[in-house]
Amino acid sequence: MDTARPAEARHMFLNMGPSHPAMHGIIKLVVQLDGERVVDSNVDIGYLHRAFEKDAEAGPYNNAIPYADRLNYVSPLINNFGYCLAIERLLDIEATERCQYIRVIMSEISRISDHLTCVGASAMELGAFTVFLYMIKAREWLWELIESVTGARLTISYGRVGGVKADLPEGFEAQTRAALREVRKVLLECHALLTRNRIFVDRMQGTGIIAKERAISYSITGPFLRGSGVALDVRKATPYFVYDRLSFDIPTGEHGDNYDRYLVRMEEMEQSMRIIEQALAQIPAGPLNVDLEGRVMPPMPADLMVDEAKMGRVAGFLQARVRLDPTLEGSTRGPHGAVNANEKRAVLPPKEDTYGNIEGLMQHFKLVMYGHGIRPSKGEYYSAVEGANGELGFYVISDGSERPYRVRVRPPCFTIMAALPELLKGGLVADIIPTFGSVNMIGGELDR
Amino acid sequence: MSLNWMTTRRDAALGWARKFSIFQYPFVTACCGMEYMATATSHYDMDRFGAGFPRFSPRQADVLFVVGTISHKMAPVLRRVYDQMAEPKWVVAFGVCTCTGGFYNNYATVQGIDTIMPVDVYIPGCPPRPENVLDGLIKLQEKIGRGESAALREPESRPAEFAAPHRPDAHL
Amino acid sequence: MNPDPTLTALLRSAVPQALLGAHQYQGQETVLVHAKELPAVARFLKEHPAAQFDVLMDLGGVDYLTFGKALKSAPSRSTPSPLPYYMNPKPVKDTWDRLVPDSAYRFEVVYHLYSSVHNHRLRVKVPLPSADPVVGSVTGLWAAADWFERETWDMYGIHFDGHPDLRRILMYEEFKGHPLRKDYPIYKRQPLMGPSN
Repeated sequence: MDTARPAEARHMFLNMGPSHPAMHGIIKLVVQLDGERVVDSNVDIGYLHRAFEKDAEAGPYNNAIPYADRLNYVSPLINNFGYCLAIERLLDIEATERCQYIRVIMSEISRISDHLTCVGASAMELGAFTVFLYMIKAREWLWELIESVTGARLTISYGRVGGVKADLPEGFEAQTRAALREVRKVLLECHALLTRNRIFVDRMQGTGIIAKERAISYSITGPFLRGSGVALDVRKATPYFVYDRLSFDIPTGEHGDNYDRYLVRMEEMEQSMRIIEQALAQIPAGPLNVDLEGRVMPPMPADLMVDEAKMGRVAGFLQARVRLDPTLEGSTRGPHGAVNANEKRAVLPPKEDTYGNIEGLMQHFKLVMYGHGIRPSKGEYYSAVEGANGELGFYVISDGSERPYRVRVRPPCFTIMAALPELLKGGLVADIIPTFGSVNMIGGELDR
Repeated sequence: MSLNWMTTRRDAALGWARKFSIFQYPFVTACCGMEYMATATSHYDMDRFGAGFPRFSPRQADVLFVVGTISHKMAPVLRRVYDQMAEPKWVVAFGVCTCTGGFYNNYATVQGIDTIMPVDVYIPGCPPRPENVLDGLIKLQEKIGRGESAALREPESRPAEFAAPHRPDAHL
Repeated sequence: MNPDPTLTALLRSAVPQALLGAHQYQGQETVLVHAKELPAVARFLKEHPAAQFDVLMDLGGVDYLTFGKALKSAPSRSTPSPLPYYMNPKPVKDTWDRLVPDSAYRFEVVYHLYSSVHNHRLRVKVPLPSADPVVGSVTGLWAAADWFERETWDMYGIHFDGHPDLRRILMYEEFKGHPLRKDYPIYKRQPLMGPSN
């Protein structure tokens, strides 16, 4: 009896399930394998869908800012400012110059911490645990800096429509320069550990290649596209804030493989530090004394009580200073006026005015109470900022009420993840790790 | 010497050994993962508490750190991972999204993982500062030292209620 | 009547029957296109040398069911409170209008196109009716459209004709309904396990 049959060869399905050791986020990657070679793969996303767009429609315009923080949670400041930029264009207001410089500085600090996390985590997945520890150490320096400005390390809710929450604290410039010195030291060490490391180069070079034309067809932007040789950067193409006054280069790669993207990210961190230093040199001076109408006043001694006005002693009433709780630091008229647009329709008044006079109280009421709030006219706007992964777009439609009608986020890593099956095809299973690491998938942004 | 005294000392010794050698499974989903990374690395260092050894397999882990928002799509996966862990096991709800759903009160988010599994320690915060995490870890260690575990108290009827949906074509 | 901006003029001269309208708001050009003509217009925009939109930056849906009907004032039985003078929206030089009636066209698919060659952008909107919203897929032109269209199907229920694999991407398969539609309540949960409140 001859029951021998030729052995059937079938491809094996390997599930790299939603919970996996890679630090980048939860996706389900089912790869079809022929031995060790990836024949095909299926990417399943949506495991972190938190309904950002629906939540943003539910409340007034400033309510979406904490939700926007948690989109790309490694560089939350960029999301904040991208959203605020869209609403400001809808309202046709412009933030003050100092505020724009602050936004540029904080965006670049956020970008550096994003690249540190990405490169550190992908190095760790390849076995370079020390590099991860060094880069997180550098990131802690930056997070302390962010904490001194915004009050929180990660989810900062710092941007506001028309400005930012508060001005930079005392000693910010010295603290920033110290932090950047530390980051530069760490980057030198990591370059020494990784860039010419035989194992690292062998694993990263020649894996995850995407050609220029395919990258453009997939609408990939950011360091991923620049690794393939296209010098496209929203900060240079359609400059926003004060990027047109700052000089920086756009690093591009050649081959479009993981190694080039790693080099692009390392160089971008250096360019970001260059931007921060230029901005610190160019930023216009600090808090000014402005009165209720936004006019600059000479410095005055701060001892006039508001009650004096009730007594009929109204001389110098406009310069009256209210003594505020230290937790409201940065909300007094001076710093507030320097970093928030003088726009009653959109910006909360300084706390002295809210607690000190009836006009400020009314303005505050009209901006925060239920049923009242910022009201842009009917319209739509798509604002693009350069996120750490690429072009982060916010498409906002306003119907004239105090709530956004539609807030659509154009997530940069969505299109990169769509290209992942193509990136993995033909490679080995072990190449999935560096490729997925260099995609820098952030679940909050991908799934919103 | 009475048997009770010896078993009490044995339980105390077991508790002491277990609490200082935590093999954690960090089920990282979202932003809290960044603070988890910050707590685990050199500046705040969970390793000095004995908990610096993440095991990315539920079969090898005893504490499940659920870090970050759990959506309804992820819930069956989380439950399956929890079911695969061997007893004694503990669950830490890290971040307010896992404690109560956070500010994501919508169609997509599980309003607290204690709706689908028993939780031992809740660490609120959005995200919690590393000091909060270490405080929660110390409370967990005290609980482990006493030998208490919420998983042991789970009534027998619950597991059937939370069976993961059967998806035969999940690999396609 | 303002002269058309360049891209709109190009489209009007090349494919006039496809355009439902066009406007410009805050420096951004928008054209409205018939649903049946969209694949042809998309191909034209991608291939014509003056346009060369090689990047489909974004593709999303919008549901205009409750447009302009939102709460305008604090909920009280009396008449809505008039706004103080400074709370009126600042008059913007362009006016914005949807250009199609809300009652006839509930949905819209919005395409944001970008040209890396000429560095210009265009927004293309396709209004769709409430019953059976269908538009042709552009996956043949831009590979990015694949996932964007799946997401729009998932969130809005807009069907894309010719899409190779139109299934849910952000929600799970057992989910019923399309969550970003305005008539889907935000608190309505359909959990796979556990309590539903």
